[in-house]
Amino acid sequence: MNIHEYQAKAVLKEYGAPVAEGVAIFSADEAKAAADKLPGPLWVVKSQIHAGGRGKGKFKELGPDAKGGVRLAFSKDEVESHANEMLGNTLVTAQTGDAGKVVNRLYIEDGADIDRELYLSLLVDRTCGQVAFVASTEGGMDIEEVAHATPEKILTLPINPLEGVTEEKAAALCDTLKLEGEAREDGMKLFPILYKAFVEKDMALLEINPLIVMENGRLRVLDAKVSFDGNALFRHEDIVALRDKTEEDEKEIEASKHDLAYVALDGNIGCMVNGAGLAMATMDIIKLYGAEPANFLDVGGGATKEKVTSAFKIITSDPNVQGILVNIFGGIMRCDVIAEGVLAAVKEVGLQVPLVVRLEGTNVELGKKIINESGMNVIPADDLDDAAQKIVAAVKEVA
Amino acid sequence: MSILVDKDTKVIVQGLTGKTGTFHTEQALAYFGTKMVAGVHPKKGGETWSSGLDSAAELPIFASVKEAKEATGANASVVYVPPAGAAAAIIEAIDAEIPFIVCITEGIPVADMVKVKARLDNSNSRLLGPNCPGVLTPEECKIGIMPGSIFKKGNVGIVSRSGTLTYEAVFQTSQEGLGQTTAVGIGGDPVKGTEFIDMLDLFLDDPETESIIMIGEIGGSAEEEAAEWLKEQAAKGRKKPMVGFIAGRTAPPGRTMGHAGAVISGGKGGADDKIAAMEDAGIRVSPSPAKLGKTLVALLEELKQGA
Repeated sequence: MNIHEYQAKAVLKEYGAPVAEGVAIFSADEAKAAADKLPGPLWVVKSQIHAGGRGKGKFKELGPDAKGGVRLAFSKDEVESHANEMLGNTLVTAQTGDAGKVVNRLYIEDGADIDRELYLSLLVDRTCGQVAFVASTEGGMDIEEVAHATPEKILTLPINPLEGVTEEKAAALCDTLKLEGEAREDGMKLFPILYKAFVEKDMALLEINPLIVMENGRLRVLDAKVSFDGNALFRHEDIVALRDKTEEDEKEIEASKHDLAYVALDGNIGCMVNGAGLAMATMDIIKLYGAEPANFLDVGGGATKEKVTSAFKIITSDPNVQGILVNIFGGIMRCDVIAEGVLAAVKEVGLQVPLVVRLEGTNVELGKKIINESGMNVIPADDLDDAAQKIVAAVKEVA
Repeated sequence: MSILVDKDTKVIVQGLTGKTGTFHTEQALAYFGTKMVAGVHPKKGGETWSSGLDSAAELPIFASVKEAKEATGANASVVYVPPAGAAAAIIEAIDAEIPFIVCITEGIPVADMVKVKARLDNSNSRLLGPNCPGVLTPEECKIGIMPGSIFKKGNVGIVSRSGTLTYEAVFQTSQEGLGQTTAVGIGGDPVKGTEFIDMLDLFLDDPETESIIMIGEIGGSAEEEAAEWLKEQAAKGRKKPMVGFIAGRTAPPGRTMGHAGAVISGGKGGADDKIAAMEDAGIRVSPSPAKLGKTLVALLEELKQGA
C-alpha cells in the first residue's frame, strides 16, 4: 500500500526525522492560510499523487510551457496562484502513463536552501533476507540510472536484525554520503531512526530522494516515498487510515475486497487463473500467440463460488475485454467450484464475448460436466496451449 | 530415492485443528499413507484430532512442538497456522530442532520472515516456504497441498517458485511417461527458507533423479544465482539435463503480480535476464509453460542421439 509524500513525512516526523514544516491542502481556498502558517520567504507547492517524476511532469490541461507538478513560490500570492492552477488538473509524469493522475491534494512546504542532494532508501534485500540501506551521493536523480551508469557510487548495506543499526554501520553510511560536521551528527541519529520506522511500521520501501545537506550544514528529508507490506496491514490501523482510494484502480479495489490479486493491464483478453505463477504464465502464453492480456487475476488457492463469481464480474466490467480465458489447475481448488462460479456469474451479467475454459486437476470431470450441461456458449480447451490458441483465435475473429 | 522426504518421514502438523490443516492432513493420510503422526495446538494439548474421512484416522494433539517431537519421533513439521502467528510457529519448530519444516501459510509479513531467517542461520533446521505448496515424493510422502493424483513415480526432479506451475510440470512429465522423483515448491515470497540452489544441490546428488525442471518467475535474482552456481558445478562435472521456464515475461515493471516476490523493481528481476542466465548455464528454457514436458523429452532424445 502506498501513501502520499506528506503522510510519509508525518510518519517519519513521529520518529524524529528532520522534515520541513508543511501543510496539506485539498482546495485552493486553503492555500493562503497554509502559507501563513509557514515562515517563508520561500515556499514549495507539491502535487500529491502516488507517482514519481512530479517535478518534471506536465499538466494536461495547461500548455506545454506551464510549470510542472512541484513549484517554488516566493510570495504567499504565488502559493495561491500555483494552487489554483494545479488542483483538479491532471499531472502526467514518467510514471503515471499517458492518462496521468488528477491532483486532488497539495502539500505546501517551507523551502530550503540546498547545498547537496543525496539518495537514501531502505528495502528488504531478498538475497540475504535482511533490511538494507541503499545510499548514494547522487541524489535527486533516477537511482536506476545511477545504478546503471556508476554502480560504484551506490552502497547497499544490509542490517542484521539481531544487531540493528550499529555505530559502525551508521558511520559507513555517513562516509558513503560524505557527511561531515553537523550533517554527520544528524546522519548518525537519522539512520537508526529510519530503520526503526521501517521495521515497526512494516514498510516495504522507504525512499528519500533527495536527502539534502542544507546550506546551514544540517540534514533534511526533502522528499519521502513510503510503501507498506500489504500482508502486515492487519497490525497497523493507523497506516490503513492513510489509504487514498482515489489513487487506485476501481477494479483493483473491488478485487481486494474479495481477496483477489488483480492487476489491470492494457490488452483485450481477460484472464482468470489460480496461482500467481500460472496467472503470469497464462499472460505470457497469450502474448506468445500474438495477443495481449487485459489483466492479471489470481483467484487464489481456496476460492469459493462467490469469489469466482466476483472475479468473473470484475473481468467483464473492463470495457477493453474482448474475450475471456479461464485457466484452472485445481490442487486445493476444485474444478467444479470454478465451473459453478463461472456459471453463476454468466447468469447474472451475461456473456457478450468468447469464453475459453481450461480445467485440470481435482474434480476435473465434474467441472467439465457442469460447463457442458449448462448450455453456455463456452469453448472448451484440453490444455494450456490449446486454451491460449483458442482464445487468441476467437478474439481475432470478433475483431 | 528421492530428496527431502520419503516413506519414513514422520510429520507433525502445526495448525492441524483449523479447516485447512484438517483437509490437507486427511489428503496426506490418504496419499499412500503419509506418516502424519501428531498435531500441535498450545491450548488443545491432550485432545485427539479425528479425520472426517471414512478411514476415521485419529492423531494425538500436543501443546508444543517439543512435546510432539519427543513423543512421536517426528522429523518434519508442516505449518498451516494463519499469517499473524505463522512466524512464531516456525520459530517454535526451529527451537525444537525439527530438521525439516514446511510452511504453507500465505501472507506472512516480510518483517516476520526477516526474523525467522535470522533464527534459521546456525540452526539445525531446514525451512521450505512460506507461501509454498510443499513437497511430494510419489507413492511415499506428501507434505503440503499438491494434488497427489497427477503424480507418477519416475526420474524427473522438479523445483519451482510457483505452486500451480509446479502442478503443470508434474502433470506434463506424468503425461510424457517420465514421472517424478520429488517435486518441491520453494514459494513465492521475497524472504524464504530454501532457495533454488539448495534444492538443485540435492537433485544433483540424488542417483534416481536423471533430469531436472526448474521453474522461476520475475523478481529478485535467485534464478541468476542458481544459473551461476550450476555453471560452477558443471565445471566440476556435476551436471544433469535441465529444462527451465520463467513466468512473467509480459508483466509490467513496478506492479506486484500476486506473489509478494513477483515484481520487477529497480530495473532488476525481469524475465529476459533470467532466461539468458539459465540458457548460459546450459538449461533448455521452454518458451511456453505448456511445453515443459515436451521440451524435456526432446532434450533427452537429443542427448541420447548425441551419445
